[in-house]
Amino acid sequence: MADFDASATLLEQVRQARENSTPLRIQGGNTKAFLGREVAGEVLDTRAHCGIVSYDPTELVISVRAGTPLSELFAALDAAGQMLPCEPPSFGEGATVGGMIAAGLSGPRRPWAGSVRDFVLGTRVISGLGTHLRFGGEVMKNVAGYDLSRLMVGSYGCLGVLTEVSLKVLPKPRQCLSISLDIDCARALANLAQWGQQPLPISAASHDGQRLYLRLEGGEGSVAAAHQRLGGEPLDSAYWSDLNEQRLDFFNEGLPLWRLSLPNNLGPLDLPGEQLIDWGGAQRWLKSAADNIQSLAQQHGGHATCFSHGVTEMPFQALAPALLRYHRQLKAQLDPQGLFNPGRMYAEL
Amino acid sequence: MNILYDERIDGALPNIDKAVLLKALQQEVPDLDILWREEELKPYECDGLSAYRTTPMLVALPRHLEQVQALLKLCHARNVPVVARGAGTGLSGGALPLDKGVLLVMVRFNNILHIDPAARTARVQPGVRNLAISQAAAPFGLYYAPDPSSQIACSIGGNVAENAGGVHCLKYGLTVHNLLKLEILTLEGEHLTLGADSLDAPGFDLLALFTGSEGLLGIITEVTVKLLPKPQVAKVLLASFDSVEKAGLAVAEIIAAGIIPGGLEMMDNLAIRAAEDFIHAGYPVDAEAILLCELDGVEADVHDDCERVREVLQQAGASEVRQARDEAERVRFWAGRKNAFPAIGRLSPDYYCMDGTIPRRELPGVLKGIANLAQEYGLRVANVFHAGDGNMHPLILFDANQPGELERAEALGGKILELCVKVGGSITGEHGVGREKINQMCAQFNSDELTLFHAVKAAFDPQGLLNPGKNIPTLHRCAEFGAMHIHAGQLPFPDLERF
Repeated sequence: MADFDASATLLEQVRQARENSTPLRIQGGNTKAFLGREVAGEVLDTRAHCGIVSYDPTELVISVRAGTPLSELFAALDAAGQMLPCEPPSFGEGATVGGMIAAGLSGPRRPWAGSVRDFVLGTRVISGLGTHLRFGGEVMKNVAGYDLSRLMVGSYGCLGVLTEVSLKVLPKPRQCLSISLDIDCARALANLAQWGQQPLPISAASHDGQRLYLRLEGGEGSVAAAHQRLGGEPLDSAYWSDLNEQRLDFFNEGLPLWRLSLPNNLGPLDLPGEQLIDWGGAQRWLKSAADNIQSLAQQHGGHATCFSHGVTEMPFQALAPALLRYHRQLKAQLDPQGLFNPGRMYAEL
Repeated sequence: MNILYDERIDGALPNIDKAVLLKALQQEVPDLDILWREEELKPYECDGLSAYRTTPMLVALPRHLEQVQALLKLCHARNVPVVARGAGTGLSGGALPLDKGVLLVMVRFNNILHIDPAARTARVQPGVRNLAISQAAAPFGLYYAPDPSSQIACSIGGNVAENAGGVHCLKYGLTVHNLLKLEILTLEGEHLTLGADSLDAPGFDLLALFTGSEGLLGIITEVTVKLLPKPQVAKVLLASFDSVEKAGLAVAEIIAAGIIPGGLEMMDNLAIRAAEDFIHAGYPVDAEAILLCELDGVEADVHDDCERVREVLQQAGASEVRQARDEAERVRFWAGRKNAFPAIGRLSPDYYCMDGTIPRRELPGVLKGIANLAQEYGLRVANVFHAGDGNMHPLILFDANQPGELERAEALGGKILELCVKVGGSITGEHGVGREKINQMCAQFNSDELTLFHAVKAAFDPQGLLNPGKNIPTLHRCAEFGAMHIHAGQLPFPDLERF
């Protein structure tokens, strides 16, 4: 397993970029390059800066350098019987820890276990001022100063170069069982709203238009009881990783792919295209050529992101004008020369 | 070094003519309740950290958001500092007023706007009490998980501003993990929505940035929280140990067994005896440490976990393991812990509660360090510890009527926090920096890091009018604080083992 501290080199590259006012395109495994807008800039490759800095399973904390492959992180946790509960997708073999934080994407367990951001305890970041900084730490509770660590998650590298992250991890559940049920979408979503108010051990819920897919996780007793109550047919647990990594047939090339993040209690929605429901209804994948997906999502109280590259100039939903103004001010303060991934999220940032 | 705002090192504050400001406010926001007489202002001179008091110039008690907006716009235009306050239960002086500023009290915004059981959310105004949310959600079998010990009184707006915790954080998270959406008014009176009714929102995660920002970035006007289904059952085990080390090791062993307890609390001998004397919880008074381990969830799982934890505790050398036989005994076990602070208050005229966090493995060394420091400063320290999440609450016993004791207690507290930083922890787990730990921030962060914090502040409040002097120290203050240390002419902890 590679283990190398290349932070001095990364810092030097940022300082050079500052001197020459050269924008940087921060890149790990480049598996999520299809997300967001094109960035013109010199590549800053994080992959040499890799390795697990510390991991003590009984502390439930792992600290990892940004260039570490996600697969190495998962393997280390797996060997200790632990996991990162938010199930970040990789979208390819080379995916790195830094890319996971920058994109902030979470998998099927997200509504029940939390997002990538929820598992971040601390970060090390190279700022736009050319300084290498440490925020947060390796403890569960830490309210000293502003929470810049969690701010980094999902910022697509626009606020700084992440060099290291400390993550909260948890023991794997003792029992895990996946089932599928032959019920239509409307009933499935209505049931999920009911079940959500009960202490059922559901940890994933998806509907493909035909069947409801559920994962039950917990102790032996609770999983068995829930299985007995819900019935259904056994489901290969690979369904969840195929869903998460977009390997299901639904995701085959074709129309543009949109991710809609919506309130969890909307019920079935009549959207222009084929749908796949995840997160118990709170995340819906839509294949559609329509050009009004983002305004549809907004009408329903959510937002939409285009997951197909080059379809739109605005892959992320537009921000309200006042909110955009504060985004610009924040970017201007933390990255005054506009060096980091300029325009990756929005043209103005 | 005085903890009250010191313009020499915390930055000059605008000189505002009180009479002129009062007149302007009365004219421009005629229906706003404003307190301005000395005797009306007195009750607002401190929050839960009552050792530090400053009488505010004016107190504003708005009832409508339009009033808040108008007040902010006026203060922005006239360069007037604004300190926001909720229920005033904070323990770090986050709502400590300024004599050159307006105290904006948000407690009248106390309506629960909507409980949506299908979405498992509650939309509330910022002055709603933490416990009131769970009470309103109870008919649906739901509750709001974060439970700071002040939950009967503290307001949700303050919880968000401080990123409040509680005893169930390891399993259920802090405030930041249980929020969906915030409505904010900036200093300029501009309205922002952070987060969304969906699980994420486009743009930067400003919801996370604002949570715990201690009123320095904006004023919270509405909060949407997540609700959880109430666990079916909760059971608690009480284990006694003849050494703190063994108890600490037992905690690690529970985690290693793959079990995440709902609550996991440790108390040392002084805290045990104080609590037992006060509450008669049935604690073993001769134990050096006790662990309270609560397991919650679905009945079958909790039963299995109890058996597993009992085995782990016994193997870890517990001298006794007792499971609460019924709900009454469970409540009694917890009552001892939850009343540990007032119980210790009976041993001493005053006590000072610290809030450092550490990696759990450092516990034995840190407790030894605290004992040495306590001896050096001639004060007693009782320890209660959220063992599950590494959050310590050492309670320093002192008598403010004895000349110099308060200062000694403060100095000892500062040393304890610096010790936490030294072992990789933090100066504050859940109480916030506020004014209380402003100097210790200089130990936790270097000047480059503080510079970036000030940059964040400048993005939202370039004039520095929202809660000035809290949370982030000026570089000037840290320079003086550092100079004071060097002046002592020795390392911060000369007689401590390095670990």
